[in-house]
Amino acid sequence: MRAAGVAATCGPRSPQPKREMTSRQAHDVPDAREEGDQRHSGGRGGAETMQAARPMVVAADVHKHFGSFAALKGIDLEMAKGEVLCVIGPSGSGKSTFLRCINQLERADRGAIWVDGELIGFRREGDALHELSDAELARQRLLCGMVFQRFNLFHHQTALENIIEGPVTVLRRSRAEAEKEAMALLARVGLADKRDAYPIELSGGQQQRVAIMRALAMHPKLMLFDEPTSALDPELVGEVLNVMRDLAASGMTMIVVTHELSFAREVAHRVVFMDEGRVVEAGAPGEVLGKPQHPRTREFIAAVLS
Amino acid sequence: MSATSPEFSTAHLRHVERRYYGRWIAASLILVAFAFVVQAFATGQIAWKVVGQFFTAKAILIGLENTIVMTICAMALGIVLGVLFAVMYMSPNPVLKNVARFYVWFFRGTPLLLQLLLWFNLALIFPVIGIPGVLEARTVDLITPFVATLLGLGINQGAYTAEVVRSGILSVDTGQTEAAKSIGMTQLVTLRRIVLPQAMRVIIPPVGNEVISMVKLTSVASVIQYSEILRNAQTIYYANARVIELLIVAAIWYLVVVTVLSIGQYFLERRFARGRGGRDVRAAQPAAEA
Repeated sequence: MRAAGVAATCGPRSPQPKREMTSRQAHDVPDAREEGDQRHSGGRGGAETMQAARPMVVAADVHKHFGSFAALKGIDLEMAKGEVLCVIGPSGSGKSTFLRCINQLERADRGAIWVDGELIGFRREGDALHELSDAELARQRLLCGMVFQRFNLFHHQTALENIIEGPVTVLRRSRAEAEKEAMALLARVGLADKRDAYPIELSGGQQQRVAIMRALAMHPKLMLFDEPTSALDPELVGEVLNVMRDLAASGMTMIVVTHELSFAREVAHRVVFMDEGRVVEAGAPGEVLGKPQHPRTREFIAAVLS
Repeated sequence: MSATSPEFSTAHLRHVERRYYGRWIAASLILVAFAFVVQAFATGQIAWKVVGQFFTAKAILIGLENTIVMTICAMALGIVLGVLFAVMYMSPNPVLKNVARFYVWFFRGTPLLLQLLLWFNLALIFPVIGIPGVLEARTVDLITPFVATLLGLGINQGAYTAEVVRSGILSVDTGQTEAAKSIGMTQLVTLRRIVLPQAMRVIIPPVGNEVISMVKLTSVASVIQYSEILRNAQTIYYANARVIELLIVAAIWYLVVVTVLSIGQYFLERRFARGRGGRDVRAAQPAAEA
């Protein structure tokens, strides 16, 4: 069963013209809510949405192998701008791999992914997909912000330095300007007083909040969260989920791989259940989490809730 | 506790430290032995006045300068080559990888003295070097003792440093690279901004150790007529036969230089331990407040 059977046929046909990196704004999606609201459960309304607005993410028949192990066995998915998608499923089901394919930390073996109309990782010439160069991949990764399970803050830099690293080194913005914005971001998550703290001096929850702001400082169009609360002590999970909740409310397009079912139920527009490299079931949170159709989904949800 | 029974009352008890008699005996023996050694040197056939007299002799100071200059140049060359070959070693390109492997294998596998002699006698293989017809020079003119020593020590050092740098790079968690990629860094920028600064923590202690080795290794270059401190001391004692005195002068200078370098290493290590706790004072502060 596939999430968005229409995706493969109605995906963007050609790469979009290059945009100016610097002209992008983090929250330039005022109409995101409306688009998010016309979301299509399980991709059934996909064709209509296509005409309304360009989807933020289109994945078509994405396969990924690690040696002889097939991590992804054909993922089709489409998501609208402003949509919040939660991906759930047992470990080893390919959730993280799929997320990592979206910003090319892994390269898909077959199929293709478009982010905001741009073919990811390849340049299309006729029917041939040519791998992009290191510099082109780096530029393309600016479309997505990524938050990791293990935070991955730069250990040798303070909280503030972590956040301004990208804007200054990659986007070539002035240090003063980047610092000003970084301070605003830190204040937004209540960590302004931690600007000079090194990651080792921060709790897991604080590190993850800084990591989210580091990603946001690059003004991504899409935020990817790879089990952002799985490495946290239980009492620190809430502070990170709150930041993500606010981010979702601000209209950010988000894909969240998570085990926090209550978060998914509350914040997600759509929940995708993956198992053994396939999308087993997708739809509104109430449907997938409340009345799962597929026995594997039922089993998984029962196991997580018990 | 004490309330339950007078038997468990602790108020009148005191702790008495254990006495380590063995430590006292060992320390006394060592001090006695040390006193003998000092006395032996004080009354031995060493003209300490001559040591003082030659300590700041011009030839010795020039030798000292040459030793320091060579240490800096050879180490700089070694580190540049080390980083370059470490990165090549880790490259997916099989040609680069194998060239790096060969380099490490060859220069670690042959004695330094032999390499120095090879460089010094390069003219025997290539009488003339350069681009034919454009820029040519007689090898004998080009390969001075300084150049031969620099090439010998620097290239040899690079082979060792490459391994140190490689282990440093491997010590940096792959999550750091992924995070760098995710904010749009290219591989080269990631290496320069994220990986190498963190690898430094692992690289600096062994490289510091190698700088200290290098100070002393320059003395090997005396065989190819590079006038470093030991060679100049020898030249003097060939003339005045004050062998031990001049060797002591050289030894003291080596110790001075190495001591200064060790202090520098301490501060450098502290700097690159940033954000890693341990020696970093700030990490001692309580971590979480949230």
